[in-house]
Amino acid sequence: MAKLRVGVVSPERELWTGEADMVIAKTVDGEIGIMPEHAPVLGVLVEGGVLRVKRDGGADLVAAVHGGFISVANNDVSILAEKAELGSEVDVARAKDALQRAQASIEADQEDADARHKARRAAARLRAAGEEV
Amino acid sequence: MGAQLRLLRRRIRSVKSTAKITRAQELIASSRIVKAQQRMQAAVPYEREITHAVSAVLTHTAGVDHPLTVAKERPASAGVLIVTSDRGFAGGYNANILREAEALKGHLTGRGLTVKPYVVGRKGLTWHRFRSREMFGEWDGFSDKPSYADAKEIADALIESFKVEDGIDEIHVVYTGFVSMLTQNVIVKRILPLEVEETETPSEGIPPYYEFEPTAGDVLDTLLPRYIESRIYNALLQSAASEHAARRRAMKSATDNANELIRVFTQQMNQARQAEITQEISEIVGGANALADAAAGKE
Repeated sequence: MAKLRVGVVSPERELWTGEADMVIAKTVDGEIGIMPEHAPVLGVLVEGGVLRVKRDGGADLVAAVHGGFISVANNDVSILAEKAELGSEVDVARAKDALQRAQASIEADQEDADARHKARRAAARLRAAGEEV
Repeated sequence: MGAQLRLLRRRIRSVKSTAKITRAQELIASSRIVKAQQRMQAAVPYEREITHAVSAVLTHTAGVDHPLTVAKERPASAGVLIVTSDRGFAGGYNANILREAEALKGHLTGRGLTVKPYVVGRKGLTWHRFRSREMFGEWDGFSDKPSYADAKEIADALIESFKVEDGIDEIHVVYTGFVSMLTQNVIVKRILPLEVEETETPSEGIPPYYEFEPTAGDVLDTLLPRYIESRIYNALLQSAASEHAARRRAMKSATDNANELIRVFTQQMNQARQAEITQEISEIVGGANALADAAAGKE
């Protein structure tokens, strides 16, 4: 079966490129799974989503993706993220700390959009690192 | 020691210390160009993908008019983003940018537009403040190492004023394009209303017909600002690389000039020293002769 050629890029660097069997990302409409021969799609990704790339003969590549797009055409999948971090690069202790601080400020002020934003990001980073949130 | 000799020694010492400084600046700039070029390279994949996505969307949504792609019927004012450096010591780098910005201003005023400057970099800011010109946006502190967050901040401000009524109707950007270590050109570009630039030749033909999640309009709404951010980020990165290249060149010629000065002064100093010695010898010889003559006269 044909393979997907996947590229995960952020403005400041190219995070990962390679071949894969399946890509799972979260768009604003919900989770989307891309397998080879998928119809061309251009989707908006949610803030604080987790991207999962399934490869055979290897562990899944997991990344926290904050905003951006997924574009699929002719078995080329590109994930354009405003900010992205591979699961293996996440500093778990710092992310946990950030999550706790954000949750504390949400409790103090329910309307704090900025803190909700931060909490979502931190949660995505933890999930990408394989932690339970 | 003669007065002239002392004077020359002092000048040589001062020129030498200046040469040390310019030489150090030159070396620092050379090492930073490499880093700046790497950052430019790292940004290429994202730019390519986002340009590709934007052109794909625009091809299939010809019917959809997005506020960012439509030229206003009666443009009244134009925003000009001027990218200068924070520090000097870069030869004509900032002067070139500001000259082009002035030319663009003249051109836009000729079309009947009010020009509103948005300035990046301390040098550009002081230039405008000195002339008491109003600025509509001011940013500094990152000219030699811009981050994407900086570009985003600038883009947000520009897009915001583009969207509001009686804000700005066009956005132009003036920056220095990095061609090579030796060549950097000032580039003047319109970024809004949007013209999508294909960076590579469209070899793949017509892009495939995309499905959009959730809708084409929504995708365009989020995609276009990202595209503009990426264009501005690119302009900032190129300017940073050019700044370092310009600084390296300016500092190299300053060091060369200093070394030439040292050479000339050393020569003059040696001449002066030799003249002094010759004079001393002839004084001694003259003195001895006079003494000998006097002694001979007595006998």
